[in-house]
Amino acid sequence: MQPVSAAELPAFSTSRFRAEREADWIAFDLLLTRLERKGAAALTSDELLQLPILYRATLSSLSIARATSLDKALLGHLEALSIRGYFLVYGVRETRASRLRRFFRYDWPAAVRAVWKETLIIALVIVLGALTSYALVASNPEWYYNFVPEEMSGGRDPHATVDYLRSTLGHGKAAAGEQSSGLHVFATYLFTHNSQVSILSFALGFAFGVPTMMLEYYQGIGLGAMLALFSGKGLGVDFGGWLFIHGTTELFAAALSGAAGLRIGAAVVFPGARGRLEAAADAGRTAGKVMIGVILMLLVAGVLEGFGRQLITDTMLRYAIGTVMLLFWLAYYYIPRREDVA
Amino acid sequence: MTAAAHAKLRSAQARKVREFVTPEGVDLQLRIASSGLRLGALVVDFVIINLALLLFTLLMVWIGFAVKGGVAEVVWMLGAFVLRTFWFIGFELGSRAATPGKRMMGIRVVARDGGRLTADAVVARNLIRELELFLPLMMLGVGAAEDMVSGWTLLAGVIWSLTLSLFLLFNRDRMRMGDLIAGTWVVMAERAKLDSDIAAEAEAGAIRFTDAELAVYGIYELQELERILRARDPRAMREVADTIRTKIGRPVAEEDDVFLLSYYRQLKGRLERALLFGKRREDKYASD
Repeated sequence: MQPVSAAELPAFSTSRFRAEREADWIAFDLLLTRLERKGAAALTSDELLQLPILYRATLSSLSIARATSLDKALLGHLEALSIRGYFLVYGVRETRASRLRRFFRYDWPAAVRAVWKETLIIALVIVLGALTSYALVASNPEWYYNFVPEEMSGGRDPHATVDYLRSTLGHGKAAAGEQSSGLHVFATYLFTHNSQVSILSFALGFAFGVPTMMLEYYQGIGLGAMLALFSGKGLGVDFGGWLFIHGTTELFAAALSGAAGLRIGAAVVFPGARGRLEAAADAGRTAGKVMIGVILMLLVAGVLEGFGRQLITDTMLRYAIGTVMLLFWLAYYYIPRREDVA
Repeated sequence: MTAAAHAKLRSAQARKVREFVTPEGVDLQLRIASSGLRLGALVVDFVIINLALLLFTLLMVWIGFAVKGGVAEVVWMLGAFVLRTFWFIGFELGSRAATPGKRMMGIRVVARDGGRLTADAVVARNLIRELELFLPLMMLGVGAAEDMVSGWTLLAGVIWSLTLSLFLLFNRDRMRMGDLIAGTWVVMAERAKLDSDIAAEAEAGAIRFTDAELAVYGIYELQELERILRARDPRAMREVADTIRTKIGRPVAEEDDVFLLSYYRQLKGRLERALLFGKRREDKYASD
């Protein structure tokens, strides 16, 4: 056979293919750039209708180019454009406002309801921690030093006088003057600190939930030791009020963060019928929703602790507020309601 | 490079590609972002966050002198907390699903199952980051603060926490702990500019190559040649042109760029025609 030069053969031209379709790609690129910068509001309804058409045209070009073209620049551009287009066309489905509304109405309580077993377990762990240290400190006050580090106790130890202890609860003279000026600073500090601890207790969950439970147990221990100290001096009821006003919200949030972590740990250990990765991803999403809720709850607790507790010194009123908050959270989370239809 | 080395290179690249089929039935072939890019993105984000924090602190100090009562202090604490916790979450919830650092590196977060990247997944993957980044530091801090911890215990603790932080090096999808738990991937999402079609222009007085002269190369060599032609570096062009001339036994008779462009066009035409008949010749070692 006579060798034929390549240039003499009739060419299927990928250049012609490109010339025909290039206008669509450029239009799609421009549309995407505007969508990324300014959101869907910047596009007219005509342009919005154009979007899926251009997207499909680009995908079809990509398929053809992969089968016929060897131009790497062209292939690379079409691939990048299709990927960008896919995530924009299939990514945005609702406005931020409606997403927010759905979170508060359905997603948040539903996620908390979903981890009820874990919440109970963590609550039991905290109570167990509190009981342990309470029993130990009540029988021998020296134990107190093992449970509460010195820098945290701030002089609240078995050797303190009843008057001093009472003053730390916001009764009597010592408390009022110097503290009220720094209330909001104190509240903010408590919020950021507690959030960080909660995030940690959540994040530690994937190690089969063991570190989470230890952290929560430790929280219970500090609580029980303090309780034993104050009730030993006949201040148990007052201390309860001091704790209750924000404690119902804060401890609830702590329990939920632990529960979210435990959920992940449990999913990794017992994935059930699904694959381990899939189970972990599922649990992670539920836990993620719970954690947004936890941070919001801690914000409320921080406000109650920083302001409410320092300004309201009547023990009964403190109990009342704490109870109302607890009932509010319980009702919000656990009262059955119609499921999300969207 | 030998044929085996070529095959190895190609399979290494293929191992980073993940099938990702759109509802239209097109496989987008996402590429997993390398750990180096991930680290680069993190470093960029950290630098920006800390710069922002520094400016914010200076602003708050300045306001703090003007306004009494600790307002500045509160705003500073809240601001720092929000910046640190929500920097990643906020940006990854946006339509590009990438922090400024990730954008700079050309990578983004996607849901592993091909669905929508949901807010809870973004929150979960970023809250775990707290742990991955700060646990090793905390281990060091606690260890240093408490003398009773021996050096070996400290070392064990740091190594244990590092295995969590460096988790992404130990799996082929380059998933962090957070990615694992949120069901996400970080993939390449660079923007590729549409470069001009160098095979398009009409050929006037082009050199004709025979089929035998074109049959020596495959797709890999064609695309390397395309890269050289687009980069327009005269030294590289000379080297490549000389290699091709020696290989096909042509004397040096034309300018390098004219020679290379003609060769590129005709080689591309030949290989694309074979492609239409279902023959894909990956490189020069494959049979024609």
